[in-house]
Amino acid sequence: MNAENNRRPAHFGAAVAAIGLNTFREAVRDRVMYLILVFALILILVSRLLSMLTVGEEGRIIKDVGLSAISIFGVLTAVFVGVSLVFKEIEKRTIYTLLANPVQRWQFVAGKYAGLLLVLVMNVLVMTGMLLLILVVRGESMTGIPVAALMIFVELALVTAFALLFSSFANPILAAVGTAAVYVTGHLTWSFELLKARLPEGVGRTLCDVLYWALPNLGYLNVKSQAVHGGALPDGYLLSALLYGSGYALAVLTVACIVFERRDFN
Amino acid sequence: MAESAVIEISGLVKSFKGHLGLGRKVAVSGLDLSVGRGEIFGLLGPNGAGKTTTLKAMIGLLRPDAGSVRLFGRPPSDVSARARIGFLPENPYFYDYLTAPEFLDFYGRLHGFGRAERRRRVEATLERVGLDAGRSQALRKFSKGMVQRLGLAQAILHDPDLVILDEPMSGLDPIGRREVRDLILELREAGKTVFFSSHILQDAELICDRVGIVVEGRLRHLGVLDQMVRSKPRWFEVAVRGQVPSPWDREVASASGEKVMVKVPDVAELGRLLAAVAESPAEVVSVWPRRESLEDLFMKEVARER
Repeated sequence: MNAENNRRPAHFGAAVAAIGLNTFREAVRDRVMYLILVFALILILVSRLLSMLTVGEEGRIIKDVGLSAISIFGVLTAVFVGVSLVFKEIEKRTIYTLLANPVQRWQFVAGKYAGLLLVLVMNVLVMTGMLLLILVVRGESMTGIPVAALMIFVELALVTAFALLFSSFANPILAAVGTAAVYVTGHLTWSFELLKARLPEGVGRTLCDVLYWALPNLGYLNVKSQAVHGGALPDGYLLSALLYGSGYALAVLTVACIVFERRDFN
Repeated sequence: MAESAVIEISGLVKSFKGHLGLGRKVAVSGLDLSVGRGEIFGLLGPNGAGKTTTLKAMIGLLRPDAGSVRLFGRPPSDVSARARIGFLPENPYFYDYLTAPEFLDFYGRLHGFGRAERRRRVEATLERVGLDAGRSQALRKFSKGMVQRLGLAQAILHDPDLVILDEPMSGLDPIGRREVRDLILELREAGKTVFFSSHILQDAELICDRVGIVVEGRLRHLGVLDQMVRSKPRWFEVAVRGQVPSPWDREVASASGEKVMVKVPDVAELGRLLAAVAESPAEVVSVWPRRESLEDLFMKEVARER
C-alpha cells in the first residue's frame, strides 16, 4: 500500500476545538461584543442608583435589574454574534478552505457552537461577577444568584443553538429575527395553554398544543424570581431544567448539522 | 495498492436555480475527466464556463446532480481523501483578525499536527511563499498579492498530494505570477499533482502537462498541450518596407506608413517572397512565424459554442 494512503485526519475533537477557539478569538477581537458587555455592566451599575428610589427594597432591585441585564445582553450577544459569525464564514467564503480540509460539516457546526458557548461563559461570568461585587459591597445576600446565572447561561445556550440553526439556511436578518422570535415566544408558551382553553375544538386547539410542546419553554429555565425574592426551588427542579435545556439545545444543534450537511456552497 | 488516478470525474452534472428561483441553469454538463499522479492539469475556460463549479464539486462544497467525483479513489465527502488535498479558492479572503502565523497554525490544528510540528511547518511555509516579512501584521493589512500567497501557504502547509488552485495567478503582478508558476513546478518535481483553473492562457501554456477547455459547462478539448497546439508555423507574417513585388502585393494584410505586412502560407512561399524582395528596391524588416496558440484554440472553441 502506498504510504501516502496511511495519512489520517485529526481526531474529531481536535478540529472542533480548533474551530471553537478560532470562533472565540474572533468574538473577543470584535468591538461589537465589548460594546454589548460595557452596556450590560453600565446597567448593572445603574441598578444601584435605581435601588435608591425604593426604600427597603434596594437588594431586590439590584438583583432584579442585574439578572435581567445579564439575560437581555446575553441574548443580544447570542443572537448578533451567533448569527454574524456563521454568516461571515459563508459570505466571506472562509468556509471554502475550511471544509476543503479534513473537517466534517457537523464538526464545523459543533466548533462554532463551542466557540460561541465560550463567549457566553465569559460574558455571563463577567456580568455575574460585577453583580456579586455590588451585592457584597452593599452587604446584601448573594443567595440564588449563581444558580440564576447558571440557568441564564443554559437559556442562552439554547437560544444560540437556534441562532446556528437559522443561520445554517437563512440570511442574517431572517436568522436574527427568527432567533429573537424563538426567545420571545419561548417565554410566552404558557399563553398557548390559555388560548387553547378559549378556542373551540378543532385545528386551532391542536395548533396551540403543537406550539406549546414544540417551542422551547424558556419560562421553565427562568429562576430569577426565586433568586430575587428568596423562594426555594422544588426538589429536582434544577436538574430537570438543566436536562431540559441542554437536551433541547442538542436536538436543535442536530437539526442544524443535518441542514448544514445538505446545503451547497455556491 | 497502486492508485490509478488521483482525480476521477465521471458524468458530472450540476445546475442551479435560475433568476428568482425560476427554472434551472446548467453550470456543468456531463463532464468526464481523469488526472494522474504528478500531472499539472489546467482547466481553462471563459468566465462562467463552469470551472469553479467543477472545482467546488471536486472538494465537496457542491453536491453533483448526477455523476461522481473521486479523489484518490474516494468521494470528496471522505475526510481521509480531503486530508490529502490543498485548496486555494478564487479571490481568497481569510480571517482578517489573525496574523499569518496564527492563521496557518489554525489550519495546522485542523490536520492534527502537534504544537512543535505546527511551528516548524508554519515557519517553513511562510518562508517558502515569501511572507516572512509580514508575519506580525493582521491579515486585514495584507495586500491582495500577500493574501494570495497566504492562500497558497495554507494549501501546501500539510504537504498534500493534490493541490487544487482556482485562478491562482489572479491579482498577482508579473513577479508574483512567476513565483506561483515556479511553486507549481516545484510541486510537480516533488511528485505532487496540481489541478488549477485559469483564464490566463499564457500561464497554462508555460506549465501544464495537459489542459481541458470548458465552455458553457461542457469539456470541449482535453489533451496534451503539444498535441493540441500545432508546433509547426501555420503562416508567416513578413514586414516589408517599400513596394512589395508582384504577385505578393495582393497578399498585403495591413499597411502602416511605408511598411506593409504580407501574409504567406508556408516556408516555400516565404523563400520565394524573400528572394523577390532582395532583388527589388524594397527591404525586409521582419519575418514572424505564426503558430496556433492555445489562445487561438481557446477562441475557436468559445466562438463555436456561441
